[in-house]
Amino acid sequence: MSTQTTQARSDRSHLPLSHPRLPTWAPRLVAALAIAAAGLVSLTLGWGVVAWVLLAVVVFAIALPAWSLKVENGRAAKDRFVTTLVWIAFGTALVPLGSLMWKVVSEGVPVLSAEFFTYSMRNVIGEGGGIYHAIIGTLLVTAGAAAISVPVGILSAIYLVEYGGKSRMARTVTFLVDVMTGIPSIVAGLFAYALFALMFGPGIRFGFGGSVALSVLMIPIVVRSVEEMLKLVPHELREASYALGVPKWRTIVKVVLPTAMSGIVTGVMLAVARVMGETAPLLIIAGSTDSVNWSLFGERMMTLPVFVYYSYMQPGVPPAFGQARAWGAALVLIAIVMALNLLARWIGRRFAPKTGR
Amino acid sequence: MSATATARRPKQRKGDLIFSGTTRLAAILILVALAGVAIFLTVEGIPALDAPPNKLGGAESLAGFVWPLLFGTLLAAVIALVIATPFSLGVALMISHYAPRRLAQPVGYLIDLLAAVPSVVYGLWGIAFLGPELVPVYRWLEQNLGFIPFFAGPASGTGRTILTAGVVLAIMALPIITAITREIFTQTPKLQEEAALALGATRWEMVKMAVLPYARSGIVSAVMLGLGRALGETMAVAMVLSATSGVTTFNLISQLNPSTIAANIANGFPEATGLGVNALIASGLVLFVITFAVNFAARAIVARSERRLQG
Repeated sequence: MSTQTTQARSDRSHLPLSHPRLPTWAPRLVAALAIAAAGLVSLTLGWGVVAWVLLAVVVFAIALPAWSLKVENGRAAKDRFVTTLVWIAFGTALVPLGSLMWKVVSEGVPVLSAEFFTYSMRNVIGEGGGIYHAIIGTLLVTAGAAAISVPVGILSAIYLVEYGGKSRMARTVTFLVDVMTGIPSIVAGLFAYALFALMFGPGIRFGFGGSVALSVLMIPIVVRSVEEMLKLVPHELREASYALGVPKWRTIVKVVLPTAMSGIVTGVMLAVARVMGETAPLLIIAGSTDSVNWSLFGERMMTLPVFVYYSYMQPGVPPAFGQARAWGAALVLIAIVMALNLLARWIGRRFAPKTGR
Repeated sequence: MSATATARRPKQRKGDLIFSGTTRLAAILILVALAGVAIFLTVEGIPALDAPPNKLGGAESLAGFVWPLLFGTLLAAVIALVIATPFSLGVALMISHYAPRRLAQPVGYLIDLLAAVPSVVYGLWGIAFLGPELVPVYRWLEQNLGFIPFFAGPASGTGRTILTAGVVLAIMALPIITAITREIFTQTPKLQEEAALALGATRWEMVKMAVLPYARSGIVSAVMLGLGRALGETMAVAMVLSATSGVTTFNLISQLNPSTIAANIANGFPEATGLGVNALIASGLVLFVITFAVNFAARAIVARSERRLQG
């Protein structure tokens, strides 16, 4: 390598046009060597896989910049070192995701059965029982939240994009909606409790309160995503409609909304997926119960996240069965949320309007 | 735009009036809801000023009740940010500037999935998996770095410490910080990047000279939004942390841990009665005010930098 370059240098001139560089396969070679070296050390010292990987990463992060420093220069070595750091940060960030998925799936799958989906926890002590009541509760509460948030969210977004313009009111709403996305979920739950406790007396627990709490969290998400989508609708479409004498409100309903529909559906589904996993507000205002409750307006209502929480933290005697049910319910919850997420993204891509000119 | 249109048109159609009125009403409803959160929490929180000690977890006054919780909240959030910020910036840079284009989008999806996992599942994972896994690490920290007050120990046997809670919070704050910084990194003017590269800068020098200065205010606000999330996160902390009421300590790995406001509400609310409920709501009001202030500041920074870039 080095002999070749000196050869070339003396042949051409004493002023090379480019400084020597490591070959493109250098990182791969160093990686392979680092893994092998670390593996050798780990095997001889009897370390585990985690230590092996850590050692390999450290060896790589030192060896590649060192080689680069020798052949290239200090700046290039620094560049390679930072590149390594960036990849390490990324790899480390994925570890919890992988670990969490593996843990939930491996603990949750054995619990799943027909009984688990079709039985409630009424009169169940120890083994058996299921999450039927919690699924019903989650679906009802989330549907209630969506019924409040979707109209309010879409109408507000229409106001912001079509009517508000640059007015003071519109700017204030936009800003406060952004701030609202940061409201802690437990505060939303306390708000719903305080509201209904003033109306119906203290100690109130019912499903619709959960819907109200969730809609406080959901409305800002819906407004933000619908706003983005409405802004993407080309102005020419609106002007063409106005030119035909169509009133503004019919233009919005018949032209703007249909054009942005796929994006709106995506945004709403992502918002639903987001609030479906919320636990804290439901813990406070929807409460928990062992029985099926079909009424949003009466009595306590169990939901999946709250079920996970109580099953694990207060599993009963013996604890093994309750904790197993917690993992099963967590798996179901995560599956529903992920499915909604993927479906929403698929709809967003599949039915996106052509924006090319 | 619309203001000029209405000025030119002398008479508005009835349908237009109704429709625009409805949309305006919806927007006002949002403002009312936000104000309602503050008002109702205040109304229900005020009675707690007279609460007796047995309703305040043994504390003499409301301030004495809220302060240790506030301390725990801030401590956990700071731990989370110290861990999450470098990783988030790394991941965001990787997606915006380092990864091959084919890889960047799926990686973005993966990070978004991390944000989609419900917090109660994080809590479950933290208490059942991460905590026990960290126990040997805490033992090692106690033995080797015990002279630092943070790691004075004695190390917890269950791993349900404030440091574990901070790690879980860091994982939950990471997708938020990453999403926002990634967005800003990709908006860096291409000409500046190319100019840096054309002058012979390496990729890191280009990032340091073109991307990071451009994104500085965005990074600050992204970290603050992550802080807002970490401050208000409830279930993960409520499950992971094994807290003792009234404790304030910087010892991160022992069994004695301060609780956080949100986790304390979640743990105490189902069984609370009478003025105990009001005390919890009052602590919730404190949390609301703090997160509101943090988010307000973060959004204000974003809005200002956006205006500067457009103007």
